[in-house]
Amino acid sequence: MDGMAGTSSRVTWAVNLSAFILVVLWVLPTVGLLISSFRDRDQISASGWWTALSASEQNIQIRAAAPDEAQPEGSLWVIEGEVAEGGREVTAFGVNSRRPVEFAPGEVADRNGVAVTVTDTGAYRIAYPEKPEGSRGLRLFVTTVEPPRFTLENYETVLFSEGIGRSFLNTFTVTIPATVIPILIAAFAAYALAWMEFPGRALLIAVVVGLLVVPLQMALIPLLKLHNSIGIGKAYFGIWMAHTGFGLPLAIYLLRNYIAGLPKEVIESARVDGATDFDIFRRIVLPLSFPALASFAIFQFLWVWNDLLIATVFLGNNEDQLVMTGRLRELLGSRGGDWEILAASAFVSIAVPILVFFSMQRYLVRGLLAGSVKGG
Amino acid sequence: MATLQLDKLKKCYGEVEVIENLELSIEEGSFTVFVGPSGCGKSTLLRMIAGLEEITAGELRIDGARVNDATPVERGVSMVFQNYALYPHMSVEKNIAFGLKMLGLPKDDIKRRVRAAAETLQIEPLLKRRPSQLSGGQRQRVAIGRAIVREPKLFLFDEPLSNLDAELRVTMRVELAKLHRQIGATMIYVTHDQTEALTLADKIVVLRDGKIEQAGTPMELYLDPANAFVAGFIGSPQMNFIPVTATGIDGGIRLKGSEMGNLDVVPVGQGWSKDMTLNLGVRPEHLQVGSDFPVKFDIAVDVVENLGGTRYVYGGTAGGHQVIAETRADAIPRPGDHLTVGFDPERARFFDQQGVRLRNALPS
Repeated sequence: MDGMAGTSSRVTWAVNLSAFILVVLWVLPTVGLLISSFRDRDQISASGWWTALSASEQNIQIRAAAPDEAQPEGSLWVIEGEVAEGGREVTAFGVNSRRPVEFAPGEVADRNGVAVTVTDTGAYRIAYPEKPEGSRGLRLFVTTVEPPRFTLENYETVLFSEGIGRSFLNTFTVTIPATVIPILIAAFAAYALAWMEFPGRALLIAVVVGLLVVPLQMALIPLLKLHNSIGIGKAYFGIWMAHTGFGLPLAIYLLRNYIAGLPKEVIESARVDGATDFDIFRRIVLPLSFPALASFAIFQFLWVWNDLLIATVFLGNNEDQLVMTGRLRELLGSRGGDWEILAASAFVSIAVPILVFFSMQRYLVRGLLAGSVKGG
Repeated sequence: MATLQLDKLKKCYGEVEVIENLELSIEEGSFTVFVGPSGCGKSTLLRMIAGLEEITAGELRIDGARVNDATPVERGVSMVFQNYALYPHMSVEKNIAFGLKMLGLPKDDIKRRVRAAAETLQIEPLLKRRPSQLSGGQRQRVAIGRAIVREPKLFLFDEPLSNLDAELRVTMRVELAKLHRQIGATMIYVTHDQTEALTLADKIVVLRDGKIEQAGTPMELYLDPANAFVAGFIGSPQMNFIPVTATGIDGGIRLKGSEMGNLDVVPVGQGWSKDMTLNLGVRPEHLQVGSDFPVKFDIAVDVVENLGGTRYVYGGTAGGHQVIAETRADAIPRPGDHLTVGFDPERARFFDQQGVRLRNALPS
């Protein structure tokens, strides 16, 4: 018995460990993206997201104040100032672009007789032997330690100036009806296919199952032609209908299986109590099917939310109709180098599905049938 | 309250006939129990009466009116299911009120009637709970409450107690009997448990393979079974069947078992003949341990079941037939003992090889 227990606990450990590794593998890139979306643009290019919490070294190049402003000090003409605001710590400086970290802070660099020094608090002092002239300040190369900086600016940019906000609304306009309509239709169909006797029922179920294997890409062009000919091509109504059509086979199949599994006696009991089919559907089957409805709603919502293909085919490319996925694709083209913008956009688009999932997932695990029948 | 007539009722699933030309009449206010082995069609018959199964042929009449195509509500029936079939997402109160709501009664009325039903079944404290928060017995009470609240003409019970544990089953059985007396409605009850049938019924209908084997009061079925199937099905432990041969004598027939003494009977009705082999049936409670009986034989004890007040002795005769005899004596026989058992000829019932009852009288 001990041996068996040992084996099973080892197996449990292996399972837990692999689950943990998988979770880390899956979550890590997302975490990176999330952190990047809050980071400053310069910091993203200077260091990886995993260093976001520690300070980073940054090479900056500044121009000192104009030589005209030099003040006499004893026999020298001196300019003083700060390399950057906020008194950042300086770890090295240089006066030549080829050797930007030549000197330690506090050392005196000699540049053609001009003595340059930068302290570790970022104050510089340039001493000229005689009164200098000109308005171009001396170039200084300074390596500073940047404190970690997090910002909401990226989100602000994304939401208000890159058009993502508008696309966000467009996506909602597509997604909500495209989730609700198929559920409404499928629930009715599923009840009828599960509990009402009519000729051809088995054939109809077989057809629905058969439709599951038809790739939707095959239907895109004929469907678009149809939409164009009846005047709903490139319109929200058209894409709702398209998503509804593509979602229905799975919806009907899923819901029918669930509804057919409801205890027969409960439905017969309602029938003996005088309920019509519609009453049974509305008062018994619908409330009891909530877990199935919720799980299908999650599926359909995520699928429509993340869809690019159908939106590209059935909606236009203008401001009023461009959805999130389309906008992200455009951003990849136009702002491909701006990681902070892409990261923030990605997160705006992820946020809603995550919210939907977490608000609905408790219905997936709740035992709604408990107590209805023996053993239920 | 209603009377019910089943006139040549028939049910087919495709080619298979599960109920064949069934004739039965059920009186107002009676408690009728359909009993039979599983697969005998008793539940199907009940569901046909409820309106949940279509009637293939024949006529079903409630209070004289044909109701073959009426809905359950139009028929005025309500039904209690084996596994309660409560609506899990509704409180007990809503469960009970559901049928009334479907009838479109005013809210006050519904409330009053739900209260009354809850009071009858003593489930008022449970009204706000969900079915999942109830025990098995409480759930079955709620299911019964849901049936009585509609005040139907006819109650149908489909094995309502078979999901309960043994103790609760006895309690609920008594309560059902009380409920029947209290509301006096016509009730039809399906069970495979012959104890329930015997204790509850005014009338038992024994079914086998979609046909009625016998219908009658519990005592009729017990004392005067129409055939070997009913004789064997009713009563526990099962009736003993011992083969005997008949020889003719003056004014009657002499029966001879291989190991027991002779038994003379006077044939009544059809079926008897000389030199036939038939089965003698005697119930264990009438086959007593002891030697002061007119008909007796010896058995070797195999097993003894001690039930406290009484003991059943399972043994084999010299001819190799297994019989069960009863003893109320305090001395408990042991396996291997040889005992003499016997019975009063009045208690014997006779069946031919096909199981048909052969009626008899005893020589005076």
